[in-house]
Amino acid sequence: MSEAVRLQSPLVGFQLDARADAGVILRERAFCSHLNLRGEQSDPAFAAAIKQVLGLEVPFTPNTTTSAGDQTLYWLGPDEWLLVAAPEQAATLEAALRKALAGQFASVVDISGGQTVVELRGGNARDVLAKGCPLDLHPRAFGVGQCAQSHLAKCPLLLRPLADGFEVVVRRSFSDYFFSWIEDAAQEYGFSVVS
Amino acid sequence: MSAQAKRLDRGGRIDRATPVNFTFNGKTYQGCAGDTVASALLANGVHLLARSWKYHRPRGVIAAGAEEPNALLQLETGAYAVPNARATQIELYEDLKASSVNAWPSVEFDAMAINGWFARMIPAGFYYKTFMWPKSFWTKHYEHYIRKAAGFGVAPVDHDPNRYEKTNAHCDVLVVGAGPAGLAAALAAGRSGARVILADEQAEMGGSLLASTQTIDGQPAAEWVSAALAELATLPEVRVLPRATVYGYLDHNFLTIAERLNDHLPLRARSANRERLWRVRAKRVVLATGAHERPLVFGNNDLPGVMLAGAVSTYTNRYAVRLGDKAVVFTNNDSAYQSALDLHAAGVNVVAVVDPRSNPQGELPLAARAAGIRIIDASVVTEARGGKRISGVQVMGLTANGEVGGSAQALDCDLLAISGGWSPVIHLSSQSCAKAIWSDEKACFLPGKPVQAEVSVGACAGEFTLNAALAGGLAAGAQAAQLADFETGVPATPEVRDPLEQPMLALWRVPSPAKPGRGSKAFIDFQNDVGVSDIRLAAREGYQSIEHTKRYTALGFGTDQGKLGNINGMAVLAEALAQTLPETGTTTFRPNYTPVTFGTIAGRDLGELFDPIRKTALHGWHVEHGAKFEDVGQWKRPWYYPRPGEDMHAAVNRECLAARNGVALMDASTLGKVDIQGEDAAEFLNLIYTNAWKKLGIGMARYGLMLKEDGMIFDDGVTVRLAENHFVMTTTTGGAARVMTWLERWLQTEWPHMKVRLTSVTDHWATIAVVGPKSREVVSRVCPDIDFSKEAFPFMALREGTAAGVAARVVRISFSGELSYEINVNANAARQVWDAVMAAGAEFDITPYGTETMHVLRAEKGFIIVGQDTDGSVTPQDCGMGWAIKKTGDFIGRRSFSRPDTARSDRKQLVGLLTSDPNVVLPEGAQLVKNPNAPIPNPMEGHVSSSYWSANCGRSIAMALVKDGFKRMGETLHAPLGDGRVVSATICKPVFIDPEGAHQNV
Amino acid sequence: MLLITCPWCGPRAESEFSCGGEAHIVRPKDPDALSDAEWADYVFYRTNTKGDHAEQWVHTYGCRRWFNVIRNTVTYEIKAVYKPGETPAGGEA
Ligand SMILES: [Zn+2]
Repeated sequence: MSEAVRLQSPLVGFQLDARADAGVILRERAFCSHLNLRGEQSDPAFAAAIKQVLGLEVPFTPNTTTSAGDQTLYWLGPDEWLLVAAPEQAATLEAALRKALAGQFASVVDISGGQTVVELRGGNARDVLAKGCPLDLHPRAFGVGQCAQSHLAKCPLLLRPLADGFEVVVRRSFSDYFFSWIEDAAQEYGFSVVS
Repeated sequence: MSAQAKRLDRGGRIDRATPVNFTFNGKTYQGCAGDTVASALLANGVHLLARSWKYHRPRGVIAAGAEEPNALLQLETGAYAVPNARATQIELYEDLKASSVNAWPSVEFDAMAINGWFARMIPAGFYYKTFMWPKSFWTKHYEHYIRKAAGFGVAPVDHDPNRYEKTNAHCDVLVVGAGPAGLAAALAAGRSGARVILADEQAEMGGSLLASTQTIDGQPAAEWVSAALAELATLPEVRVLPRATVYGYLDHNFLTIAERLNDHLPLRARSANRERLWRVRAKRVVLATGAHERPLVFGNNDLPGVMLAGAVSTYTNRYAVRLGDKAVVFTNNDSAYQSALDLHAAGVNVVAVVDPRSNPQGELPLAARAAGIRIIDASVVTEARGGKRISGVQVMGLTANGEVGGSAQALDCDLLAISGGWSPVIHLSSQSCAKAIWSDEKACFLPGKPVQAEVSVGACAGEFTLNAALAGGLAAGAQAAQLADFETGVPATPEVRDPLEQPMLALWRVPSPAKPGRGSKAFIDFQNDVGVSDIRLAAREGYQSIEHTKRYTALGFGTDQGKLGNINGMAVLAEALAQTLPETGTTTFRPNYTPVTFGTIAGRDLGELFDPIRKTALHGWHVEHGAKFEDVGQWKRPWYYPRPGEDMHAAVNRECLAARNGVALMDASTLGKVDIQGEDAAEFLNLIYTNAWKKLGIGMARYGLMLKEDGMIFDDGVTVRLAENHFVMTTTTGGAARVMTWLERWLQTEWPHMKVRLTSVTDHWATIAVVGPKSREVVSRVCPDIDFSKEAFPFMALREGTAAGVAARVVRISFSGELSYEINVNANAARQVWDAVMAAGAEFDITPYGTETMHVLRAEKGFIIVGQDTDGSVTPQDCGMGWAIKKTGDFIGRRSFSRPDTARSDRKQLVGLLTSDPNVVLPEGAQLVKNPNAPIPNPMEGHVSSSYWSANCGRSIAMALVKDGFKRMGETLHAPLGDGRVVSATICKPVFIDPEGAHQNV
Repeated sequence: MLLITCPWCGPRAESEFSCGGEAHIVRPKDPDALSDAEWADYVFYRTNTKGDHAEQWVHTYGCRRWFNVIRNTVTYEIKAVYKPGETPAGGEA
C-alpha cells in the first residue's frame, strides 16, 4: 500500500489512557501483516518452502509457535498456520510464499485487514482473560512457545503467552466487542491502554 | 429486654467489643460482629422468626447453617432486597434490616394461621385436588389465594444495582468444605505444590471445629484451624475461598462455586462485585461437605425452641448464646449428649436427656450422668407443648417392639435439643452421578462409588469422628495430589481423642400415642409443611415411588431440597409401603445445593456484552452520518440514513430513488467471504452449488445456490474465479460461519481426497457497493487504472486494480438490477476508499443507503433473501430458480428433488403480490386465505415473505409463498390481519421493475 | 460443561466445540441408485442411542477440525475420540 493511504485499525477510536496502577494494560500492535497458510505437513517440500522464505521452522506440534525477529508462525490446525509479520510486508511475503509453494497443495491468503494483535500485560492480565476464556492459562499449562485458539466470552481469539503477559489475535469485526469486554472485566483491577 | 440479654458472658467467636445494630420486623436489636442474624436474634431471646408455608404455624431456628428450613427472612428492601435468606447464613452487618416472610399481617399475629386449624382439610395433594376446576377459577380465585397464603419472600422489582462476575478456574485439587476433613485435605494436597482450591460456604473456615470442645495435638480445635489456614496462606498455588458455596457438580469434574464478596458488608459500604461465579475444572475433587443432623419426628416437633442438638452446641459454643433456661435433650445417639454437656457448661439447666435406647453406656452419656444430668432411657418425647415457643414435652416409654406405652410424664422446658442421627451431605456426590448407598449400620445414605474423579471424606462419607475426618482428609488430599501427578506423602494425623460411642437406635418417627388421624402434627419437612400423615396419605392414594411422593406432597421442595426431611420422609414412606429403605430409594439431588442468585448466573453477560456486536470497518462513518442500525445476525448494519426531518419511510424512499436514478452506495462488508484454492476447487463448487463451475472464465463471477441434502435452500451468493484454481465465494451475512463450517465438514469428513484449501476472508475485505446509472462514472474516478467501459468490464466480471490508491478487487454484480459495482479493499483502508467514493459521487448527490433500501431494491426485482423468503423448507424450484440448477452431474441436495414431497407441483411457491389498494403495505408474515369469511380454521393458502412500499413503483409490493402459486397468477387472495382489517391482493410474477433487465445492460 | 479431547489440541471445554450429530453417516456414492426410502434414511433418519453413541464434533473455536467422539448418552462419559477415517481404539466405529 502506498504511503498516502490512511489506515484505520479495528480499534480506531479507543483512547489511550496510561495509568500506572492498572492491573490490566492493553496495547494494540496495529497493521501487522497477517497471512493464513495452509499446506501439507506430510510433504517435506512445504516446510522447506516456508523455511526458505521466512527462515522459520513450521510448528508442526499442535498449539505451538516459532518466532524469529518480528515474524511468528502459529499452529492453527494440522494443515493451517498463521504468519504474523511487521506491517507492510503482506504483499511481498504473499508473493514470495506463493512462488515458493507453487505446485504444492498449499495456499497463502492475506488476511491482514481482518484481524489485529493486542497485548495484555499487568498483574491481572491472566485474571481478566480467565473471566471469559475456558483455557487453563496458568504458566504450568500454557507457557511461552505455545499458542491456542479459544474464545473470550463469545469472541473467537488466538492466544499466545508472552514472558510478561499475553498476546491476543482478534478478528476485526469482533475487536470492538473484545475491547469493551476486556475494559469491563478489568474494571476491578484498573485498566490502561498504552501505545 | 436489654440488649443481648441471652448472650453468654464468656466464650464464643463473636466480637463483644464490636456491637452491631440491626432491625428485625421493624424493631431494633443489637448483636456482635461475628454473629449471624439467627445467632443475634437468639442472643436477644427472639425465637419466633417465621410462619410456615401452608399452615402458618409459628417457627423458629432449628439449625445453624445451610440446612435451616424455617428461618427464611426477607433481607433489606428495594433494589437490595433478598427474598428467603436464611437467618443462619446471613452475616450480621450494621443497619441490616430483615423481616419475616410468609406472615401476614405479622409473625406474632398471623391471620393465615387459621390454616393450621384446618390442617386436616389441607392434606397432601390439596392443591392438585382442589384448585383444578373450573379453569377460570385459577386466575380469579385460586391464584390470588395461593399467592397470598403460600408466598415466601418478595422478589425485588428494582433494577439490581450489583455487579456480578464470572471466572473460569482450573485446579489439580478442589476441596469442598473447610471443616476438619477439608482443611486436612487442602493441607496435604497443597504441600505437594498442586494447584488447590479450598471453598467453604461460611465466612469463617473450620466447620464443626469452630464449635468443638475437642483438642487437636493438645490445642483447642480452633487453634489448629488458625494454624492450618496460616499455612495454606503461605502456599502460592493454594486459593482459599470463604463465603463460597460449591453448588453444582457437573460433568467431567466441572463444578460451580458462588462466592459472595460483599453481602456481609453494610449496604453503604458495598461496591464493586457482589458475587463471583467460579467455573472450576478440577483434576480431582475432595468432598468434605460434612453432615446434617436429622430431626426426630413427633407431635409439634416444629415449635420454636425445638432445635437440632448440634445447632444447640454451635449457638452455645461458637456464638455464646444462652438458648434457654430449661433444656431437654431428645436423642437416639450419643452425639447429642455433648450438647447436653455444652448446655450444662454454659449454665443452662438440663432437665433431662430422653433416649429411646436402654441404659446408654457410651462415653458421653456416662459423662452427662457424671455431670448430674438426668437420663430418661428407653423413652421418647411423644409431643411438644407450647404456642409461640415450646413450654414442655410429654415423655413416654418405648417398648422393645417399638411401641409407646406406660404413663406419660410431662417435663417443662423452653428448649428442646433433638438428634435423630446424622445424614452425610451427599448432594454434590449425588450430583456427580455417584449412586448413594444405604448403610444400615450407620442408618444413613453414604456417597456411592465415584463416577467422576472425586472422593468423599469425613462426615460426608459417614466418618463422624474427628480422628477419621483428619486422617481421611490428609490421605485424600495427598492421594488427590498424587493422582494429579504430584509426588507427596500422607502427613501424620494429629493427635485427637474421640469419645467412644455406642450405636444409635434408628427412630424415623416416634409412634403416636393418639389414634390415627388424631394427635398433633408431626413434621418431616418443615419448610414445606409435610407431615407423617401426608406421606402416609400419599402411600394410601397409590404413590409408591419416592419421586412421585415428593411431587405429590412437596417433600424436599423449595429452597430446602430435603436437607433435613428426606431420610425421615423416605423411612415413613418405606414403612407405609412395607418395604426397606434401600427399596424406597432416595430422590435425586440436583444442582443447586443452596439457592443461587440470578445475578450470579447472568454475570456480565448483559446489555452490550450479552452477545458480540460485530462492526464493519466503516461503522464509524455510519455513526457519524446518523445511520439507524439494524441487527443482522451479530452485525450492526446501517438500516437507513435519515436526513433531518425525515422518518424511516421518507429516508428509504429517497435512498431507493437515488439508487435507480442516480448513484448510491452501501457498506456490504458483512457478506461472508471464503477464499477457495486448490486443483479441485471447481469440482468442489460443482458439488456444493446447484450449478456448474468448471467452465466459469477466469475473472468472471457466478451466482450460486447452496442446498442441504434435503434439497432445501441453505445459502446463496456470488463466487468469482481469480485463477484456474482460485475462487472467492461470498455467502449471506448471517450464514458466513455456518457455510464455512459446512464446507470444511464436507472436505474433512467426506471428501478428504479433494485438494481444496479454504480460508475465511470475511473480515479482511471491506466491500463497498456502488449502485445506479451514475455508478460507472463514480467508480471510474475512484479506480483510474480500471477500464469500466461496457465492453472491457462486462456484467459478472471481476477486475483488479486500485481504488483511491488501495489494491482493490472490483466486481460488476447487482443485487438491485441497476448497473453496479462492488469494490473490495483491505478493511484497514476501507474508510479512505469510502471517502473517495463519496467525494467522486458528490456531484451526483451520491446517497448512502442501508439494508432497508437494499431489501426494497432487490424485492422490486424479485431477488430472494435466504432466511426471509426461504425458511429451510423451500427448494430452488419453489423460488422459480430452476434456471440455477445444472442438468447433469451430482450436487448436494439434488437427489431430494425427486422425492415425492419435493417433486409435488403444488408446493408453496414464491410469487409476487399486488394489494388491491396500492397504498396498503401487507405485514410480512401475514397468512393468506381464499375466503376471509370462511369458518375457522380457515385453510391457509400461503404467507407473505417480503413486503415493502416501493417508491420506484409508486405502490406497495410483496412476495409470498403460496400453494401452487405459479399456476394461480391473477387470483386474488386475502390476508385477515390481527387488527381486523382484511387486505386483498392479487398474485403476480415477483418482478416489479425492469423485467427485461435493461437497467444493468448498459 | 463437558471436557472434550480434540485429537489435535487435547482436552478443551465443551464451549469451544459444536456437535454435528451422528457420525459415520456416509454420503451415498450414487444417490440415483437409491430408492426414495434409502435416500430418506441417509438424509433424515438417525439412531437415538441410549448408551455409547458415535458423534461428529468440530473444534469450532479451536483448530476447526471435525472428528469423531464415542459418547455415552446416559453418563456423558467420552469413551473415545478419533480423527475422520480412523477407528476408535478398542471399539467399533
Ligand atoms: Zn482442536
